[in-house]
Amino acid sequence: MASFQLNINGEQQSVDVDPSTPLLWVLRDHLSLKGTKYGCGIAQCGACTVHMNGTAIRSCSFPVSAVGNQPITTIEGLSENGDHPVQKAWLELDVAQCGYCQPGQIMSAAALLKANPNPSDQEIESSMNGNLCRCGTYVRIKAAVKKAATY
Amino acid sequence: MTVIKSKVNRRSFLKSSALAGGGLMISFSWLAACAPKEAAGLEMPDEWFDLNGFLKVGNNGVVTIMAPNPEFGQNVTTSLPMIIADELDVDWKNVLVEQAKFNTDIFTRQFAGGSQSVRQGWQNGLREAGAAARYMLVAAAAKEWGVSAGEIKTENGLLSHYNGKSAGYGEMASLAVGIEIPEDLALKTPADYKIIGTPRKNVKGKDIVTGKPMFGIDYEEEGMLTAMIIHPPAFGMRLKSFDGTAAKGMNGIKDVFTIQSFPNDQPRGYFSTDAFTDLVVVTGNSTWEVMQAKKAVQVQWEKSPATKITTGGFGRTQEVTVPAGLESSTDHYEQMQSVASKPGRIERRDGDPEAAFKRAAKVIERSYTAPFLAHNAMEPMNFFASVNGNDFKLAGPLQAPEMAEQAVATRFGVPLENIDIKMTRMGGGFGRRAYDHYVVEAALISQKAKAPIKLVYTREDDMTNGIYRPSYHATYRAALDEDNNLIAFHAKAGGVPESPLHANRFPAGAVDNYLAESWQIDSNITIGAFRAPRSNFIAGAEQSFLDEVAEAAGKDPIEFRLDLLKRAKENPVGERNDYEADRYAGILELVRDKSNWGQAEAGISRGVSAYFCHNSYVAHVLDVEMVNGEPKVKRVTCAVDCGIVINPLAATNMVEGAVVDGIGNSMYSHLTFRQGATEQTNFDKYRIIRHREAPESIDVHFIQNEIAPTGLGEPPFPPVFAAVANALYKATGKRQYNQPYMVQQQISLG
Repeated sequence: MASFQLNINGEQQSVDVDPSTPLLWVLRDHLSLKGTKYGCGIAQCGACTVHMNGTAIRSCSFPVSAVGNQPITTIEGLSENGDHPVQKAWLELDVAQCGYCQPGQIMSAAALLKANPNPSDQEIESSMNGNLCRCGTYVRIKAAVKKAATY
Repeated sequence: MTVIKSKVNRRSFLKSSALAGGGLMISFSWLAACAPKEAAGLEMPDEWFDLNGFLKVGNNGVVTIMAPNPEFGQNVTTSLPMIIADELDVDWKNVLVEQAKFNTDIFTRQFAGGSQSVRQGWQNGLREAGAAARYMLVAAAAKEWGVSAGEIKTENGLLSHYNGKSAGYGEMASLAVGIEIPEDLALKTPADYKIIGTPRKNVKGKDIVTGKPMFGIDYEEEGMLTAMIIHPPAFGMRLKSFDGTAAKGMNGIKDVFTIQSFPNDQPRGYFSTDAFTDLVVVTGNSTWEVMQAKKAVQVQWEKSPATKITTGGFGRTQEVTVPAGLESSTDHYEQMQSVASKPGRIERRDGDPEAAFKRAAKVIERSYTAPFLAHNAMEPMNFFASVNGNDFKLAGPLQAPEMAEQAVATRFGVPLENIDIKMTRMGGGFGRRAYDHYVVEAALISQKAKAPIKLVYTREDDMTNGIYRPSYHATYRAALDEDNNLIAFHAKAGGVPESPLHANRFPAGAVDNYLAESWQIDSNITIGAFRAPRSNFIAGAEQSFLDEVAEAAGKDPIEFRLDLLKRAKENPVGERNDYEADRYAGILELVRDKSNWGQAEAGISRGVSAYFCHNSYVAHVLDVEMVNGEPKVKRVTCAVDCGIVINPLAATNMVEGAVVDGIGNSMYSHLTFRQGATEQTNFDKYRIIRHREAPESIDVHFIQNEIAPTGLGEPPFPPVFAAVANALYKATGKRQYNQPYMVQQQISLG
């Protein structure tokens, strides 16, 4: 066990966990931030996507010991009132079905738009390709990413 | 402070009022935390008045409507309350929605599956719940104003009389409580609908996009432990012994022990399918610690002998022998091919098919196969249980809470009233969450751990301990005469371990000489409902075959089907045909028109398919383009007849999802077995359709009619498989007989 000081959603958090613990489980089990989801544990589905320094990472395969003082943003911290352009576009187009993968989709989309404010269809497909949606909302997700780019 | 006032109606409405206390709905802190107060931006009332078990009216006119059914993405949390709200005649923006508790005293059929939530809710009480409350409010106003109820109008939550008096529902709510309702309530006609048929956004949308805890896996209670199971590495194996010493010594680990989900001598319910009844359990403080400890448990497995179990449910109890052995997919395909070549069990026979095949000018025979599929709901299986003596407090994602409650009651020998089940939102289900073994497992673990626990499956546990879509095989034969008329049709279908045949579906009824046969091969691999059970394979086989028959007959595939449907309409063959030929033809005509069928477009290859299942009719035209030698689905045009559409926004989303799901499962997904173990254990090897493989656009059209709503979760899914196959044929010149179409070489089919 070791103590880690983390910067999560702009707040300093202290956790005492095994250094191998993936960031996902620190968020969910120790900090009660349940918006980041467990889907596969091997960085193949994207449900656990969070931002580190504004870049999308798969928190299920990212040990807490590698985070250091780099700022982490989760779905809970993406915006103050759920009004990030990506969240607004998701609501506008009524994207979700079951909703389980959507926090991960939204975090991937937000990171994409930060790096590339006007992505092409191909760029959306390739940067979102790691986020699985078993309900099949891909067509709406792509439309929502494009819509968010216009806000 | 919100005050809950609940009075008991002398005459209960839908068994509801006596148990409808609003307090029941919000006394549970975790769910209350999820109430959408801020999201809705509504002033909360000072007092609530329960008018029946489905709704309560606040003194300020805000209405809370219960969403009675489990939610797994089919959007019933929005669409079922819409039905109630329309009859209540309230403004949708003044409506709050709460997920109802599981409560068979108030609600009927709290079940997610069979595309039945809207259909049965429509027939069994949702409209009456809204109309009854409206009746009570009108009666209260009539009494208060001293006028006749028939003179009072309602509109958007306002009561008014021509003499100038008016009041909001909130002002009359306290007086309306307990007013008797008549036997026959007047219900609206479609022309009067204000909410039904209008696009309404998901009432949980904001909670979803902000990551609010709402799924079972998010559920927490004070002092809760995390539990995980270790199950045999292959079907056909069982637990021999274990040593948990090393695991128990690890950080955060509480205990390692065994449980038995269903004893073999106890009859099991319909949804109590379970291959691995004896499990090793690890409990601990956190998920990661328990995941690590699982690897440190030393377990010995052994081959399981053939086992007799008693299954029941729906009044049918039968003894079943689960065979011994470690099965492999390559053997399954060989066995299926072999059994398919022998006579099957005749399910339907019209005319003289043998004679017709003999005199045919042309006979076409083709066989189709499909692999096992894993449901792979994005939220892995999980459940919370807190067992105290004979009190069972359960919470989590499940499609069939009523059956789960019964399974727990049977397993523990406790009455149903001792079991309290909270239905959380499900991160997908697709049939997998109809099964209750993981609910029983959670309860057993809590009882043994003497603590509240949340059982969580890893993705690997979820995928390797599945209740899969079976592996199927179908052989079709068609006979054409000299004029290319279809004179005989023969379907023979089976699978491991069930047949996918629907003997009375199209083209039964449209062909003079018809034969349908079934067969199956026993297996110890557990199978169960998977979105549109059986239809999800047989539609693809049948509609691929009809495409080929139409081609052999030199006819356009849509016209060929329409001709057969005309025959089935005007002069049907046989006593029982499950479909209505008119409605079937209607979707084909609509998809033909909307897709501009017949107009060639450079580089685009098109396939068509149509199917009837779960009481609804769906046709798709699917466009494929070859990009760098790989097929890419560009566009799908869909025509749907599911009767009255409650929420076109959600319904369109559902059809789009089913299309994507169908493309994914027909082209990429497969689960194969080697020596009883699945060869895919996670998303690195198990292929699920991804963004890049999704179509560019999906264009959904609904038949406009006034038929009572039927299902939508399943019907758009089965016809996709053949629309893909038929479009791939046009694009590549190769017919597709074996699913998944894009990875046949991996499973070396016969």
